[in-house]
Amino acid sequence: MELTRREFLKMAGFASAGVVVAASAGSLLAGCSPVAKSADGSLKGKQLAMLIVPSRCEEGCDECIRACHLNHNVPNLANKKHEIKWIWQTEFQHAFPEYMENELLKERMEGVPFLVLCNHCANPPCVRACPTKATFKREDGAVMMDYHRCIGCRFCVAACPYGARSFNFEDPRNGLDKSKINPNFPTRTKGVVEKCNFCTELNLYGGDLPYCVQACIKKKGSQEASALVFGDLADEHSVIHTALEHLQKEEKLIPLRRKEIAGTQPKVYYLV
Amino acid sequence: MIDKALRGSKKYWLWLGFLATLFAVGAGFYVDQLWHGLGITGMSRDVSWGFYLANFTFFVGVAASGVMLVLPYYLHNQKEFGKITILGEFLAVVACGMCITFVTVDLGRPDRLANLFLHPSPNSILFFDIIVLSGYLLINIVVGWAVLDAEYKGEKPRRWTKPLILLSIPWAASIHTVTAFIYAGLAGRPFWLTAIMAPRFLATAFAAGPALLIIICLILRKYTDFDPGKVAIKKLSTIVTYATIVGFFFLLCEFFTAFYSGAPEHTATLKYLLFAEGGTGLQPYMWAVLFMTVAAIALLVYPKTRYRYDTLAFACFLVFFSIWIDKGLLLVIPGFIPNPLHEFTQYWPTAKELVITFGVWGLGFLVLSLLYKIAISVKLEVGDREIEH
Repeated sequence: MELTRREFLKMAGFASAGVVVAASAGSLLAGCSPVAKSADGSLKGKQLAMLIVPSRCEEGCDECIRACHLNHNVPNLANKKHEIKWIWQTEFQHAFPEYMENELLKERMEGVPFLVLCNHCANPPCVRACPTKATFKREDGAVMMDYHRCIGCRFCVAACPYGARSFNFEDPRNGLDKSKINPNFPTRTKGVVEKCNFCTELNLYGGDLPYCVQACIKKKGSQEASALVFGDLADEHSVIHTALEHLQKEEKLIPLRRKEIAGTQPKVYYLV
Repeated sequence: MIDKALRGSKKYWLWLGFLATLFAVGAGFYVDQLWHGLGITGMSRDVSWGFYLANFTFFVGVAASGVMLVLPYYLHNQKEFGKITILGEFLAVVACGMCITFVTVDLGRPDRLANLFLHPSPNSILFFDIIVLSGYLLINIVVGWAVLDAEYKGEKPRRWTKPLILLSIPWAASIHTVTAFIYAGLAGRPFWLTAIMAPRFLATAFAAGPALLIIICLILRKYTDFDPGKVAIKKLSTIVTYATIVGFFFLLCEFFTAFYSGAPEHTATLKYLLFAEGGTGLQPYMWAVLFMTVAAIALLVYPKTRYRYDTLAFACFLVFFSIWIDKGLLLVIPGFIPNPLHEFTQYWPTAKELVITFGVWGLGFLVLSLLYKIAISVKLEVGDREIEH
């Protein structure tokens, strides 16, 4: 039942993706689709990933967070302990506590905001821990949550080395502005876990970008200036691949990933 | 045999009434939790497991410790344990039941509990834990009941009980090992990421479980006509002594590895617990546990205080209580402190959370009292019959 439904949704998604690919092809630069068709013609990315260039973040800007939380009906709860966060800002020593002892690095990174979110690990410990397969990895690398299967045991929360998961300790609808609810994305119930889903509800294969990336590009004026880059890392012609090359070779930035030591193969890279 | 549980003194009924009330109040507040969500507890985004899972972990140990009677009795023919083996088996049954209740109470969506079986996930340790716990519960209730029933009827136990009893021995070790693996297999939680977790769990379980059994034996001896036997209590106290020392040794090993290596990830939580770096929340409990453990070891090692029932009872209380605090407050909860972003969020159970927790205790001890009433009535009746012959 679950599988057939998912298969159906997949097919429906791909069908509509096809339409939008055709429609939006003109607006996209050649070879710059964030997630392109793979060589065999299927609409599957191999490894969705994100680059974050913290130095490009403007002080006080939270456009990406607001875009994400608004579109995903992430509630704003009064009780800090019950907070739901999909993407948020923190400081270097919190994003990378393993470098806490490195005073020089800490000093260099003073005041630079670090965005943190689910790392969509290639080797996700949350997926391993889940006793019902409510959290699973798609073939394109996105780590997903099935809000209708989750039993709320929070083993995934314990397993995640990034604190990326939030549990609904209370009814999240209490923290939503009823007039601003996005009808195209489900609100959650109390008692389930949620997190960033790399905007897989969008038409990523048809040129759509995750809300946070869209918001950043809008703010900064272009993809080249954006602090966030999204795409299929396995595709050599993808924007993210090109950007990664450029940032490393031209701008001499170093790609860091959070908690490499946990062996999770995170797919969010920080270029510092 | 069940009728035996329905005949008892006024004290017996008062005791049952007390436990039933405890359970009823807990159940009432659980309805509140179902209604409002787990937000009524002290848990948070950062400390996402709390007192429920702490008690779950502790009672897995109590369940496993039944084997400390079964093993010497059946494998080493320690006849003295014959009278109380059933107490260990029924304690295991009840503790398993409490564990499953605690896990269920801790779920955000208990209405979807069946998903565990509809979508079995062998990659998840929690999935295995539910399987081994249910299995251990079943084995012990079947074996315990069958052996007691045979004794009641004056027959030899059925032959099929023997392989089940033998199976229950490694199975006991498995339930606590699998429970330790829930914690010890997470690369992102350095406080739990230690190979000594399962051995430490087993050692403390074999201290706390038999300590509870000694207390129960001493209570039964005082308030009923049932005498568990001096030798049995003495042998149990030896087990408690060794297990407590081994458990403490493992704890010191953890301290050594963390502090000698100085690896920041591994010392962070211990520094929080011992020296309140990041908040004083749990520090008093850590030190209380250390003192209680040392005091208990002193009382247990010194023969005179081990042989005297009042000091033995006190030492056993110290062991049971300190391990309950240790496995509960000081093992499950600090695994989340600091969180993966090195932020310190404090945790303390709310009143409602405590009431629900003790509601589960009430339910457990209610069932345990009924089972023990049956077992002891049977033992006394059989004893009388033997005297007549």
